[in-house]
Amino acid sequence: MSVTLDIKLKRANKVYHEGPIPLISSSIEVAKAGKIPGGKTEIPFEFPLISKGNKVLYETYHGVFVNIQYTLRCDLKRPLLAKDLSRSCEFIVHSQPQKSKIVPTPVKFSITPETLQNVRERSQLPLFLIRGHLDATSCVISQPLTGEVQVDKSDVPIKSIELQLVRVETCGCAEGYARDATEIQNIQIAEGDVGHGMPIPVHMVFPRLFTCPTLETTNFKVEFEINVVVILQDDHLITENFPLKLCRV
Amino acid sequence: MASVQWRSRGRNYEAELQRCHPEGLPVEFGDYHPLKPIMVTDTKTRRGARKGSTSSSSSSSSSAPVDPLSSMLDGTDPLSMFAATETSAAASHSSSVGDLGRKRRVKEEEALGADFEPWSTKRGEILARFTTTEKLSINLCMGSDRGKAPNPGSSAVSEKVRTRLEELDDLEEGSHRELLNLSQQDYANRIEELNQSLKEAWSSDQKVKALKIVIQCSKLLSDTSVIQFYPSKFVLITDILDTFGRLVYDRIWTMCSDPRPLPDSFTVEDVNDTAKETCLNWFFKIASIRELLPRLYVEAAILKCNRFLSKSGIQETLPRLTAMIRGMGDPLVAAYARAYLCRVGMEVAPHLKESLNANVFDLLATFRQISGDSVQKQLHLQKVEVPAYLMLYSPAINWILQCVAYRAPEPLLTEMMERCKMMANNALLLNSIMRAFRPEFVATRATDFIGMIKDCDESGFPKHLLYGSLGRSLACADPPESERLTILNEAWKVITKVRNPQDYMNCAEIWVEFTCRHFAKREVNTVLADIIKHMTPDRAFEEAYPQLQSVIRKILTYFHDFSVLFSMERFLPFLDMFQKDSVRVEVCKSIMEVFIKHQLELTRDPVILNAMLHICKTMHDSVNALTLEDEKRSLALLIIGFIRMVSFGRDFEQQLSFCVEARATFCNLEPVLVQLIHTVNQLAMETRMVMKGNHSRKTAAFVRACAAYCFITIPSLSSIFSRLHLYLLSGQVALANQCLSQADAFLKAAVSVLPEVPRSISVEGKLRSSESFLLDFINNFLATLLVVPDHPEHGVLYLVRGLLNMVQDYTWEDNSDAKVRIYISALPLLAAMSQETYLYSIHKVDSNETLYGGDPKFLSEINKLCETLIGQILDHLKTLTRDEQSMRRQSALAFSLFGVLLAHGDLKNNKLSQLSINLWNLSHKHGHSETRVSIRTLESIRHQAQRPDMAHLSDTIQRLALQSRT
Repeated sequence: MSVTLDIKLKRANKVYHEGPIPLISSSIEVAKAGKIPGGKTEIPFEFPLISKGNKVLYETYHGVFVNIQYTLRCDLKRPLLAKDLSRSCEFIVHSQPQKSKIVPTPVKFSITPETLQNVRERSQLPLFLIRGHLDATSCVISQPLTGEVQVDKSDVPIKSIELQLVRVETCGCAEGYARDATEIQNIQIAEGDVGHGMPIPVHMVFPRLFTCPTLETTNFKVEFEINVVVILQDDHLITENFPLKLCRV
Repeated sequence: MASVQWRSRGRNYEAELQRCHPEGLPVEFGDYHPLKPIMVTDTKTRRGARKGSTSSSSSSSSSAPVDPLSSMLDGTDPLSMFAATETSAAASHSSSVGDLGRKRRVKEEEALGADFEPWSTKRGEILARFTTTEKLSINLCMGSDRGKAPNPGSSAVSEKVRTRLEELDDLEEGSHRELLNLSQQDYANRIEELNQSLKEAWSSDQKVKALKIVIQCSKLLSDTSVIQFYPSKFVLITDILDTFGRLVYDRIWTMCSDPRPLPDSFTVEDVNDTAKETCLNWFFKIASIRELLPRLYVEAAILKCNRFLSKSGIQETLPRLTAMIRGMGDPLVAAYARAYLCRVGMEVAPHLKESLNANVFDLLATFRQISGDSVQKQLHLQKVEVPAYLMLYSPAINWILQCVAYRAPEPLLTEMMERCKMMANNALLLNSIMRAFRPEFVATRATDFIGMIKDCDESGFPKHLLYGSLGRSLACADPPESERLTILNEAWKVITKVRNPQDYMNCAEIWVEFTCRHFAKREVNTVLADIIKHMTPDRAFEEAYPQLQSVIRKILTYFHDFSVLFSMERFLPFLDMFQKDSVRVEVCKSIMEVFIKHQLELTRDPVILNAMLHICKTMHDSVNALTLEDEKRSLALLIIGFIRMVSFGRDFEQQLSFCVEARATFCNLEPVLVQLIHTVNQLAMETRMVMKGNHSRKTAAFVRACAAYCFITIPSLSSIFSRLHLYLLSGQVALANQCLSQADAFLKAAVSVLPEVPRSISVEGKLRSSESFLLDFINNFLATLLVVPDHPEHGVLYLVRGLLNMVQDYTWEDNSDAKVRIYISALPLLAAMSQETYLYSIHKVDSNETLYGGDPKFLSEINKLCETLIGQILDHLKTLTRDEQSMRRQSALAFSLFGVLLAHGDLKNNKLSQLSINLWNLSHKHGHSETRVSIRTLESIRHQAQRPDMAHLSDTIQRLALQSRT
């Protein structure tokens, strides 16, 4: 006779929030020893989310260096001759929204050949003037990043304008710091030789699975940046970088 | 057969008529009328009762049924119960799905109103107009665009994450498909295949694959190679997007429809969390699409789904998407994206006008890009001329402006016009404004528009197109009366300068409508002259038949007075431009149709007659050996319609000579000849009427001429029955007009034609026996013969004998009684001929009654003839004994002969009386007689026997035994 054991979260897509009282992680007995009748048996359970000691419960996060994961394991102990059964599954934790209100601070920018760094031969650069602004760099994670870009002048036609969302993980370890930047989303906002003087909207929805509130702890950091990337038709690549601060409100 | 002896019964027709005269009996109009629609009123209630009892039968102790019988039946009849539940279930099911769907659709349409010309009407037009012979390609990089688009931040991105991100863009990993060298049709087919695979993927729950297909398809819209095909491509691909939008919306809608379907006017609160989450997921997925174009199109496609998430969703999304289009560098691509957004916006939220306006303003802002380097370079590369390129914009701009102009207040339209002026009268925009705005709006400002057209920059957009658009508006709305002539002059000044005949014609055709609508013969004539001048050189008209035909159609719509129409000098020369036979005939037909419909009075106007004869001759001359029967018939009908409208009033000779001319002209169409013969016969009768039956020498000569006309025309007909009937008819007419020798000739001709009648003729394409037609004709013929006086040079009853001889010699069908039936019908004629006074006669024609005055010799001739006939009939009866079938025939024939004897024979004569009794017995011998008829016959005889002069019948009746019923 085969027995399978399955954990089913009542609502798999429900986001479980961190509870208010910090305590150690614990296990509970969902069913007393005894005989489980044949067929399907469903046992309801409930679990308070309590952190261990003075640790903080961070949001679920899957990164390259940093992984914050919460799992639930269920063990079914069985008599001597049968193997114990075990099954585990992940559940997602979002931190409680912060009460504080963010006042958006717009950031203006203007890109010309002169403002660029990391240029090999400045003399070969075509002339251009690209202006714009981001409505805020402190962003609410559930709200899109917005702003405008406007090409005022460009000797070489534009090929594409893109928004690149980059996540930077920094890890402290014995040898110093490890830093890893990952592009997590790239969105084209302009294609081809766009009309000059027309504000082009910047609009990016933060991808749910790859973003989390900006995190800074003693051991590691998860930060986000946005690059406004302008590619000219002669394949010149112009990038303007803005650090972002993401939070949940 | 000397044993048979015939004596006709003497008749007093006058007295008989008196006797038979029915007394006026009031007719009661009851409720019943056989033609009243049958109305069964009680079924409904019965059905209702039954239904009720069906439902109650499950819970047996419920309320007492109204009709115990029916309820019992229902309860015990499982079949009807089953059927009842099934239909009700089906009804409720269909109402839940179909009705709601319909309601939803209806509501959407209501929001827009029927006066909004829907996209569906534009689709076909665009597909037909923007075509290409160049090879197309579909580049579906379902694999990934990894290799293709070097990513700016590639250095920083780990391959793993990239793959994960791009999974969305992939259809099947690594299935990069590039289809090259597609013809336009192939292309459309491929797109349709994609549409199908989208539906399949969706129905097999592969939602991600479906999304990928849509993304890849919308990417195709950023490809502007083979640019002249772009509008059609847009149509094809947006079809797919529409499908997708519908699928997503319906899916989410059904997610909320458990257990009850979501009402049409649902709000966010009615949507459950799962549905919201699913909907949100779609938007997240779409928001992460890398490329701009697909991200825009796909989000626009599911715009309606915002209703599930928030009340203001659509209102917030539309402006964002509108602004997003600014990122599209190619002005054509952007214009079409705007058209799509406006379309979706109009469908989902027609009240949100701001975005529509914003789209127009953004569109205007991109106009200068058209003259920019990027576009020009592309045009040069693809070898596309600027005017042709600009035309590619018109469907998109027309559509956008149509959306904006829909129920828009005048000030907005005026503002648009002002903006157009500000943009140095951009011709492209001006054109679209004239196309999209209400014709009334354009018409009232027609003079303004003409000014603007004048100011327009000539390069790029040809002016005749502008005038074409203006003309189209003016064709359905009227400019102020005082300006009309100026408008026409201004417009025509430009149109007449258009060099390319095709362009000229397209524009001229539109303006013909305006001209016809507001001006008279003179102006239209001028326009026609101008068209002729332009289209004649190099036979340019050959390429423009549809437009030229349309010109004729428009003129015919407004000019119904044909004397005016044909007095236009250039009208017939205009017709001469239709030199291709098929088109020419079609045009003539259309003119004839209008003529027949609108020419209500008879005419003798030489202008009309000449022109019409010319037109009809054209139609007639198109008939050749290959012409289909149907075509011939319709042509003939039209020509006949014309002939009937011709009347020279009292000038009968003129009319006859017209018929002579017409006969020469239309000799190939038999129905026309038939009509002409009828016309001439009618002419003769009219002459007779005018002369009140007393012809003068002149009119006598004229009616003889008419007879001569008919006599020489009839033989040219191929249809034998037409000939027979016309001979008879013309004979009757000749007789009525006292043309005895002509009448004789007609009737003789008819008799001599009889042997030619084939045994079977084609009736409506089917081969049928001619016998019944022939019998009909001969009976009719016999009736006429009563009044035809014998020819002095021929023997007694020359024509009757001639006819009977023909009947005898004719090769009748085997096993047919036709011959004998004719003999039986000849007996009443002969009986009628032996009366002192004939049943009917013709004014001023002496029939045999007067000629012979009851001469015993004449009577004995008749009797001899009758006896011969009866002998023949009896001989025939004797042969009918072989089988059941022939005995049945024997019975019927015997009974008919009995009837004739009874009615027309003098049964005082013993032999005749005996014969009739024998015939009665013969007809009843084998039990094939109809008892009911026999009884009625006996009753009738009994009734007749009561009259003193018929008393002898009571003896006969004693001997008529009714068949005993066993």
